[in-house]
Amino acid sequence: MTNKKTFYFYLLTAFLIAFSCSDSTNSDDNIVDNFDRQSILENVTDNIILPAFEDFNPKIAQLKESVTQFSNAKSIANLETVQSNWVEAYKSWQHLEMFNIAKAEEVYFIKKMNTYPASVSRIENNINTGSYDLDTNNNNWAAQGFPALDYLLFGLGDTNLDTLVFYQNNENSAYLNYLQSLVSQMLQVTDLVHQDWVLTRDIFVSSSENSATSSLNMLTNDFIYYFEKGLRTNKFGIPAGVFSGNNTRAANVEAYYNSSMSKVLSLEAIDAVQKFFKGQGYNSSTTGESLSSYLDYMMENNSLSSEILTKFIDSQQLINNLDDNFASQISSNNTLMVDVFNKLQEGVVLLKTDMLSILSISVDYIDADGD
Amino acid sequence: MKNGIANYFNKQTNAAPLAVFRLLFGLLMLISIIRFWSKGWIHSLYIEPSFQFSYYGFDWVKPLGVYTYFLFLICGVSAFLVAIGYKYRISILVFFLSFTYIELMDKTTYLNHYYFISVVSFMMLFLPCNAQFSVDAINRKQSYKLVPNWTIDSLKLILGIVYFYAGLTKINSDWLLNAMPLKLWLKSKYDLPLIGQTIMQQEWFSFFMSWGGMFYDLSIPFLLLFRKTRSYAFILVVAFHIATRILFPIGMFPYIMILSTIIFFDSDVHQKILRFTLKILSFLKIKSEKLCIPLLQKNNYKVRYSSLIIIVVFLFLQVFIPWRSLLYPGELFWNEQGYRFSWRVMLMEKKGSSVFKIVNSKTNSFFYVNNDDFLTPVQQKQMSFQPDMILEYGHYLGNHFKSQGHQNVAVFVESYVSLNGRLSQQFIDPSANLMELKESFKHKYWIKPLNDEIKGF
Repeated sequence: MTNKKTFYFYLLTAFLIAFSCSDSTNSDDNIVDNFDRQSILENVTDNIILPAFEDFNPKIAQLKESVTQFSNAKSIANLETVQSNWVEAYKSWQHLEMFNIAKAEEVYFIKKMNTYPASVSRIENNINTGSYDLDTNNNNWAAQGFPALDYLLFGLGDTNLDTLVFYQNNENSAYLNYLQSLVSQMLQVTDLVHQDWVLTRDIFVSSSENSATSSLNMLTNDFIYYFEKGLRTNKFGIPAGVFSGNNTRAANVEAYYNSSMSKVLSLEAIDAVQKFFKGQGYNSSTTGESLSSYLDYMMENNSLSSEILTKFIDSQQLINNLDDNFASQISSNNTLMVDVFNKLQEGVVLLKTDMLSILSISVDYIDADGD
Repeated sequence: MKNGIANYFNKQTNAAPLAVFRLLFGLLMLISIIRFWSKGWIHSLYIEPSFQFSYYGFDWVKPLGVYTYFLFLICGVSAFLVAIGYKYRISILVFFLSFTYIELMDKTTYLNHYYFISVVSFMMLFLPCNAQFSVDAINRKQSYKLVPNWTIDSLKLILGIVYFYAGLTKINSDWLLNAMPLKLWLKSKYDLPLIGQTIMQQEWFSFFMSWGGMFYDLSIPFLLLFRKTRSYAFILVVAFHIATRILFPIGMFPYIMILSTIIFFDSDVHQKILRFTLKILSFLKIKSEKLCIPLLQKNNYKVRYSSLIIIVVFLFLQVFIPWRSLLYPGELFWNEQGYRFSWRVMLMEKKGSSVFKIVNSKTNSFFYVNNDDFLTPVQQKQMSFQPDMILEYGHYLGNHFKSQGHQNVAVFVESYVSLNGRLSQQFIDPSANLMELKESFKHKYWIKPLNDEIKGF
């Protein structure tokens, strides 16, 4: 017993040293470089989120400006300027939708900007009554943002000329008013969220701990949530009918009234996902610290980061093979849409099981004891 | 030999350790219930979910709607009555039944330490923990100085079993040769002050903790048993459990284990604790003089022979139950057949993703299920990597959609699981119609085998 006792005495001592001594690494020749989690936050915030807002915010302002111009001079040229501004802003938006954090979450930024399919009855009702609350009424999420603009810019006439004629008709001035309300609301909420990012950048970046409310955990969870719901389910799953017993729902594609845009928007989205995962800047080809490099740090001999990236690239290729117009794609050959869904689902598996496992990032809404 | 055994079971000893154990156990349980309640878990774990995962044969145990709060109230009150030793037998019976009922309501929340509490409270039904220092003793005006020695030993033995098996199950290649899953968990504790960015990131530290944990669990019962090593062992117990408390979200478990191991100390230590408790009580102006007055009135507490038999049989079962996993083929960590109730603690970092497909087997048309519509996030997380829960949920979904008028319902699952840092692989045979499978104690052949071997227990 004495030997054991001595052994345990040493073990105990070792324990106590282990938990009290902070600089024991100095004595270790084989120092493992510690990974700086904060640098992920810095890279994502400074090189992705803020530049994306700097690109997006002026585009929304431009969109609003062009709507004003159009209401002053209802010409085909002015209408088409509004439309192309809508396209540019919508593309840029795809890089922001995954960041449902802080102010964005608080003011339902994502819901207000991109809840689709748009509710035509709600929009028409708002226009007819002329009284509506876009800010606090959840029921109006589907009556504002890009999808509502989609309807107002592309859904009121078969051709742009028809649309122009519609707006030129003074009986329809309420439509124009509503269009203006929508872009004002979009600009206002975008300003709000953008400003908050600028102001809270330092606080956000410094919260790199591993807790349910830390920036790193929220960012990771929101990324996965976006990939699964925003990208896989909304853009492909629901329209392709995988949740509705093979009954396809072409009207649920993103940008339904201008559905030749659906592929472009999805390609932007998968590009945004890849850039976030690799830590590649919004405007640049250089990459910084990211979930990918963090994974490589946690498991040196593991190919997980490249497997995940491969899923993204494979998905991108499958999307490339689709018709520009997803609504036509669904009616001509829906299998290709389902293929994209399945490929993205493979990505969901790797993100939700493998990546979360290895990063030991707790899923933010789960709070219970373990053993 | 026969005499020896008879002598052992006749041996009497001071009852103080049982009184201390009862007091601390009752108080900790009361705190646990209050903590559970105050965190809002009664609602989020038992009232919010529309579906519960049942233990085999216990599907009649369900939450009671808002009355679930009443159940927790009963459990908390009975814990308090156990602590003060008032109508002890009824109190511990009510505690055991209410606590165990709570645990049986949903398999999702299974934790080894909840099981431990059910096990210990069951044993306490048959132990004279109210012999002294209890309201019962005051009321019957009799306090027993001595109780049979085996009553205290039985608690030491169950604690020993818990630790020793927890150690045995750590003897596997993932734990010892790869320091998994500790390596992942420790590295992710980078936000701890001082040690987080330094020692927690070191490979050797993960190995040290893995091996240290294994040796600790295997030897701590013996070190606590021998007087010479006992004090060191107890310091080790405190250090170990506080360390686990810092590193992992394990709630009350560390405190429960630390206070339980006090049972290993001699009765004079326990008498000191009781005297100290008296001081606290008088400081709090609680009239407690009576607690010690009748100490010498009557000596031996007679424990029924049937109680002894039950405890012996129960402990015997406890020795064998953890081995039942050997009856199943395949990788235990992967299949989890015989994994629960075996003191396998913190051995796995396992995550899954399970997507259910409802198929009309005639037309082959199908749709995927959105799990959010049926399960809470906690339930989804647990279900996704446990075969019995996947099967139970599959049946639930099948019956649900049948009742909604769907025809020829077949249920398939596309399930992927990653275990201890391995890349995820398909978990359940995707061609197995879950509606045609039945839950039983038989081998679940529809689990796809793990493409790797974990050696050891």
